[in-house]
Amino acid sequence: MDAFTTLTGMVAPLDRPNVDTDQIIPKQFLKTIKRTGLREGLFYDWRRRKDGSQDPTFFLNQPRYQQATILLARDNFGCGSSREHAPWALLDQGFRCILAPSFADIFYNNCFQNGMLPVVLKGSEIQALFESVGAHDGYQLTVDLAAQRVLTPEGTAYHFEIDPFRKDCLYRGLDAIGLTLQHTDQIAQYEQRRRTQSPWLFQDVASTAGPA
Amino acid sequence: MVAQTLFDKIWDEHVVRAEPDGTTLLYVDRHLVHEVTSPQAFEGLTIAGRVPRRPGAALAVPDHNVPTTDRGLAIADPVSAKQIQTLQDNCAAFGITYFGMNDIRQGVVHIIGPEQGFTLPGMTIVCGDSHTSTHGAFGALAFGIGTSEVEHVLATQCLLQKRPKTMEIRVEGQLSPRCSAKDVILAIIGKIGTAGGTGYVIEYTGSTIRALSMEGRMTLCNMSIEGGARAGMVAPDDSTIAYIKGRPMAPTGALWDQAVKAWRELATDPGARYDAVVELRAETIAPQVTWGTSPGMVTGVDGNVPDPQTMNDEKLRQATQRALEYMALTPGMPIRDIQIDKVFIGSCTNARIEDLRLAASFAKGKHVAGRVHAMVVPGSGLVKQQAEQEGLDRIFKESGFEWREAGCSMCLAMNADVLQAGERCASTSNRNFEGRQGAGGRTHLVSPAMAVAAAIEGHFVDIRHWS
Repeated sequence: MDAFTTLTGMVAPLDRPNVDTDQIIPKQFLKTIKRTGLREGLFYDWRRRKDGSQDPTFFLNQPRYQQATILLARDNFGCGSSREHAPWALLDQGFRCILAPSFADIFYNNCFQNGMLPVVLKGSEIQALFESVGAHDGYQLTVDLAAQRVLTPEGTAYHFEIDPFRKDCLYRGLDAIGLTLQHTDQIAQYEQRRRTQSPWLFQDVASTAGPA
Repeated sequence: MVAQTLFDKIWDEHVVRAEPDGTTLLYVDRHLVHEVTSPQAFEGLTIAGRVPRRPGAALAVPDHNVPTTDRGLAIADPVSAKQIQTLQDNCAAFGITYFGMNDIRQGVVHIIGPEQGFTLPGMTIVCGDSHTSTHGAFGALAFGIGTSEVEHVLATQCLLQKRPKTMEIRVEGQLSPRCSAKDVILAIIGKIGTAGGTGYVIEYTGSTIRALSMEGRMTLCNMSIEGGARAGMVAPDDSTIAYIKGRPMAPTGALWDQAVKAWRELATDPGARYDAVVELRAETIAPQVTWGTSPGMVTGVDGNVPDPQTMNDEKLRQATQRALEYMALTPGMPIRDIQIDKVFIGSCTNARIEDLRLAASFAKGKHVAGRVHAMVVPGSGLVKQQAEQEGLDRIFKESGFEWREAGCSMCLAMNADVLQAGERCASTSNRNFEGRQGAGGRTHLVSPAMAVAAAIEGHFVDIRHWS
């Protein structure tokens, strides 16, 4: 996984609350068996008008936001389906960081698995950023994970919270599975204890499944 | 000893280790796998040279992409076919039990877990699917995960998790005749909002919940995620134990007695504290209908579509306006005047045998309205078989409903069952997002009884007063 330390980049604003993962990447793009190439499906229905042509008013169709690496969003971003295709598609488009007043739980977790940083800021701070992005072409922010700060060109610094463990994993680009596998002995001890206490939890699925 | 909630007990029993900041390595007892969210996880294992730690703790089934028409034919969409084949190949390579498309045990992943007795109280259960919350109906801690976490569970049988907060949703009193678990959960989401449960695990309590059947409790817990909560739970009781007994994967003999004893200890202790409490009265819950593009945009069938002009909150007004434009509804119009084109009875929310029995009892002797296209998609091959043994398929067919093979079908329209742009559907599924059932399609979430009545009348009716 790519490490996330400090990111300075252009900001693209998506001014809608409750953006669900069905909108971020519609179902027809979930048939892939790969993690890559999902940019094509990102906000597919919103990018197009009813006649199938590109909607020039949609933010990602505007040239000024093509190079953006930071997505500015509203409340409850990423709600709905658990599909990790949503962060994969955003990453494929170039987004490494998402700023919002709140995120849905599963989406929030999924971002960290892909070297992406979801940042929760106050509603008033997000509102101020929407106004700044709207007012200035090429508006950039710096997201500093170590300092847990979002810095504006005007010199304002917004602090954000993040779990220390997640922060460390993201900052160092650690492989979560590799980390867990370092504790294999503890997992085995746990299993041994549970197998004695609650043996029904360890019945084998294959040998107990009902008749086909 | 400190009084604990059902959630606290299960969580504490599954802690393998904890980091200084509270991040926990949580043990996973059971893992459900389907074709859409697993291929990249298996690929990750292969690339890293890893193998599943306990393949015998997992069960895999294709459900999202499968056709609901004749299974004897090849899948028309080559991309769907490849994804299903990939699941089958991965399960064969890694030793995971797989119920294939032509296996009677195949079905929607959240229907077959409980059906097989794979889902048991006190377990931690995960799946790369947000509706994994369904299994919480058994007093299990069950939640959806992403594909990277699917890989993590396969490789380690554990997940890194932060302890969520707890919310009690207490529902007391007797439901109105013909109102169901679906109406209860839609009313709850209407009350707490689609992000109301974010960061929480919900425990549903109270006399109304106790009176629900196991299948009703599954409907309830299923849509916890639509209220923002990754997991919803109901404490195990006599209904739970009776439902599990004799299912293929349920323990037997002395092991059964030992398990039941443990399950009876799981209920929340008197005096245990939740981080938040929400209360509802069952009598106040009318049959629910969603009017918008989010499950929280819901009202009683005796209500009206809201009027954005009367809303003071600017953001709410805009969101409502946008939803009504997408849904092509007139502000203030009665819900009962909404005309529908399609009806979908199915999904992990409402496609179990009780749902089909109830739906058939409403359809019997009546006929689907002329311009309405209605379909029934059983939740599993075994549900379908049971329904056919009871003659429910004949009732549906005589009433003008299509009777299909098991799968997720038009809940998310990944297979050929899709709404066309502009079509309006009364659906027993769980999400009414824009385009969910097909680009430009318009979804109204309702209970099975409400869906049948709408199919027959061509518009929504208040089933409390419908003959």
